[in-house]
Amino acid sequence: MKFISDSALERLRDAAEAPDLAGTRYRLLERIARGGMGVVFTAEDENLKRRVALKVLDVPATDGDLANRLIREARVLAALEHPGIVPVHDVGTLADGRVFYTMKFVEGKRLDKYIESVASIPDRLRIFLRICDAVAFAHARGVLHRDLKPANIMVGPFGEVLVMDWGLAKILRGNVSDDARVGDPEATAFEKPKESASAGDATEVSVVTGHGTVMGTPGYMSPEQARGDVALLDARSDIYSLGALLRFLLTGRPELAPLPNGSRMDKSLAAICAKAATASPAERYPSVQEMALDVSRYLDGLAVGAHPESLLEKAARFYRRYRFFILLIAAYLAMRVLILLFMHR
Amino acid sequence: MNKVLLGLLIGALLGAIDGGTAWFTPAVRAQIVGIVFGSTLKGLIAGVAAGIFARKVNSVPLGILFGLAVGFILAFLVAHYLQHGYYFEIILPGSIVGMIVGYATQRYGAAPVPATR
Repeated sequence: MKFISDSALERLRDAAEAPDLAGTRYRLLERIARGGMGVVFTAEDENLKRRVALKVLDVPATDGDLANRLIREARVLAALEHPGIVPVHDVGTLADGRVFYTMKFVEGKRLDKYIESVASIPDRLRIFLRICDAVAFAHARGVLHRDLKPANIMVGPFGEVLVMDWGLAKILRGNVSDDARVGDPEATAFEKPKESASAGDATEVSVVTGHGTVMGTPGYMSPEQARGDVALLDARSDIYSLGALLRFLLTGRPELAPLPNGSRMDKSLAAICAKAATASPAERYPSVQEMALDVSRYLDGLAVGAHPESLLEKAARFYRRYRFFILLIAAYLAMRVLILLFMHR
Repeated sequence: MNKVLLGLLIGALLGAIDGGTAWFTPAVRAQIVGIVFGSTLKGLIAGVAAGIFARKVNSVPLGILFGLAVGFILAFLVAHYLQHGYYFEIILPGSIVGMIVGYATQRYGAAPVPATR
């Protein structure tokens, strides 16, 4: 016997999950996503009269591992000021003890949805280069993302590309603040944050785990990450994910697969993906910049470092790059021959 | 390679080919060296002019139009000077060489780097 419908149950669950924002400057609007750590809502910042995304923990715990992770995520985001990384506005604790943070509300599409409307390979590669810019910036600041995948990339209405969901980020070194570092479960014990008011992020989280356990997304996480070898993780782990992401952009799947129209992927692009997503970290690109450089070279019609070309391939690339000009010269020569024939009639 | 050098090389190459085809016309075969030299010089001047134009104006249609005009004027002057009566045979290819050089200098070659303070 069923006393309550599924939709009514869902509404009850939503109501139970809805955070009590009393005492903050935010007014709750609607739920937009659910992740491993918490739920993301849209809210209105009543002081600034703008819409923000508010990420809040499921559980009312200020000193637990999840709370530490959420605060650390907010601090990592705060340390990464870059046009390709979603900016955090605020972090704090609600009256019921739940930790939250607010961030920019991105009115865009997830990358996997967005590319359905982008047929051109060069356009997809240009999106990829913007992702690389953001990830390279984070690496320069000593932060690994560790969960790069299409669902964690948003493309805004003006084509802006934002890397989201830094909940699994690992702080390697250097420039990120000590406050952010202390929240890293692979770094040190967490220091309880000072009392504050508000916070948020607008994405879903894949998996949240503790020290030395597997975290990430199958198909996108590097083999060393999948094994839980946390100590071995460095920038090349994200480069593996970028390789899988590039493959997804080109084929619709993170692993080796034929193109949707049945044709084969260009050898240079396939080589870039293969080099980035090879099992051995030592054989991958040493940095995101080098991978991006290879993609840029491909876009410019130049040889890529990942693929040594044969003479025939070089000639074909030269032809592709200067096709119109070569055809123009050929047309000119043909016209010259026609004039000669005309003159000798 | 900068646009002026690119224009110079392509103009000279196409001009030399253009002049070289005079070999197939027995009436002017004896003057082939002078024709090739003159045609190369014509192509070279058109190429440099198109290259300089491309540095100033960033527009493929305008570049092609400019190349066409320069090629036409130079070829007309050559045909008029030679007084062979081969106006069509000289002006048409000369104008097309100008167009090609105009296109190439707009589309290819490194643009000058803007000055920074």
